[in-house]
Amino acid sequence: MTAVTATEAARPAADIRSRGRLVFVTVIVILCVWVLVPIYLLAINAFSSPDQVNAFPKSFVPGFETDNINFFLGFAGVGKALFNSILVAGITMVLSILLGAPAGYALSRFDFHGKDTFRVLVLMTRAFPLPLLALPLAVMFIRTGLDDTAFGLALVHTTLALPFAVLITFSLFSGIPVELEEAAWTLGCTRFQAFYKVVLPLILPGIAASAVFAFVISWNEVFAAAVLTIENRTLTAFLLQSLDVSPLHLKFAGGAVLVAPALIFIFVVRRYLFAMWGIANR
Amino acid sequence: MEQRVLPYLLLLPATLFLCVFFIYPFLLVAWQAFSEGGSFTLEHFQTMAGHWKFSTAFWNTMLLALAVVPVQIALALLMATLVTRMGSGRDLILYIWTIPLGISDLAAGIIWLAIFEQTGFLNSMLAGLGIIEQPITWLSYQNKSTIFLAVVLAEIWRATAIVLVILVAGMGLIPKEYYEAAEVFGAGPWKRFVRITLPMLRPSLQTALILRTILAFEVFAVVMALGGTNLPVLMGETYVWQFDLQDRNVAAAYALVILGISIAFTLVFLRTLRVPREAQP
Repeated sequence: MTAVTATEAARPAADIRSRGRLVFVTVIVILCVWVLVPIYLLAINAFSSPDQVNAFPKSFVPGFETDNINFFLGFAGVGKALFNSILVAGITMVLSILLGAPAGYALSRFDFHGKDTFRVLVLMTRAFPLPLLALPLAVMFIRTGLDDTAFGLALVHTTLALPFAVLITFSLFSGIPVELEEAAWTLGCTRFQAFYKVVLPLILPGIAASAVFAFVISWNEVFAAAVLTIENRTLTAFLLQSLDVSPLHLKFAGGAVLVAPALIFIFVVRRYLFAMWGIANR
Repeated sequence: MEQRVLPYLLLLPATLFLCVFFIYPFLLVAWQAFSEGGSFTLEHFQTMAGHWKFSTAFWNTMLLALAVVPVQIALALLMATLVTRMGSGRDLILYIWTIPLGISDLAAGIIWLAIFEQTGFLNSMLAGLGIIEQPITWLSYQNKSTIFLAVVLAEIWRATAIVLVILVAGMGLIPKEYYEAAEVFGAGPWKRFVRITLPMLRPSLQTALILRTILAFEVFAVVMALGGTNLPVLMGETYVWQFDLQDRNVAAAYALVILGISIAFTLVFLRTLRVPREAQP
């Protein structure tokens, strides 16, 4: 008798729970669809022939043709723009790690005067619309001969990526016990040797992730790239300036070429995204 | 001795870099906006404000931020709450939801162009369902409200991921004991969310709001891809003055306006969502 009442009482609760479960899963699926479908639609356009792109009504399955992408990649200026994008992003990556990692190490290992001032300076960069820096720098670069060069643009992109590099490396170094270094010192290593032999191997994957992040920031940046480059345009600048003139299928192929590396990059750095923002919150 | 000098040596490159390429350019841009031939003037601001597009661009930018940011915060809160309750598959779902983080605003604009353009997927779907016969031109200058809507959707689609990442990281910092205690006292899921999650998440919400609002004021490539100049925004006008109208000083004035509203809103969020020092984790 008591057993029966217990199960009867439990049933509505179980019903509510399974209904809750259903809502839970449905919402998650809807949100995944919301994120993925637009990317799928771009892919359809990129992998269809120009006629299919301009056809109406349009098919919701791709034509599986690579003419469009091939035509885009062979289009005058695209190859060069692609090369410039990779070059600028590469320089940005190297610069932001070279400048950012030592700062991250200093913040995590030392207590010193001015530490807070530096952190404020880094955090302050977030409160400013950084791409606007390109405007005054355009003048400065003409004077120094850096105008319209990959290096000049990379400098601007480094200001965008540097704060992130500092914060990520800070959180990474903080995750490595200082005792490991101290042990190396007692065994006769100098500070530099201890860093090189003990800390660096541990931190390398994280450094690689923050380098990839810097690469993505530069790869995706539009405004500064469009302002600072004229002959040596990056892919984003090229696409922006040909928006008015290029036919639809070219825009979509260009969009797909922009998006593809991003998917891979985010996959590579996904673990570190959260570590970075967890620290940045404080 | 080494101990005292070393941290400064390590910080020196980054600090110098930020001084030269962050602080100095902002002084320069201010000077450009306020000077003509070496003397102080407000002329460029008058030119800027006198142009008919200025107030349209200003209010478009404000309205876009107002339409986009609250939805993003709400949506990201929902997503982050779902994520914390997920068992298996959490990593996969999180990866999918953070994909837009790596997508540039220009690419996002192009993606939504595929949906909204005349022979795009929205029209194709409506035609397939028999709702319309002829494709509708959603993005023409006669349909400013649909351009606006398309930009809002593209922005929500693209940039909610960054808020999500910040909030998920923040939720990870909330001690589990708080929830257990609340449950012991009989608090339901909604009450736990309002009384524990939201207040404890205040630092993350602050970061997210500041970052997203500033980025919303910088909206540029999405608008260029979807509306061209049919929907003027501040950043777009800055670009037009710099290139098409070849007036760097007015472009600098625009830059200062964007900078001004960014700083103003940052200060507002810092004050209203202030976390007392004693309450910081």
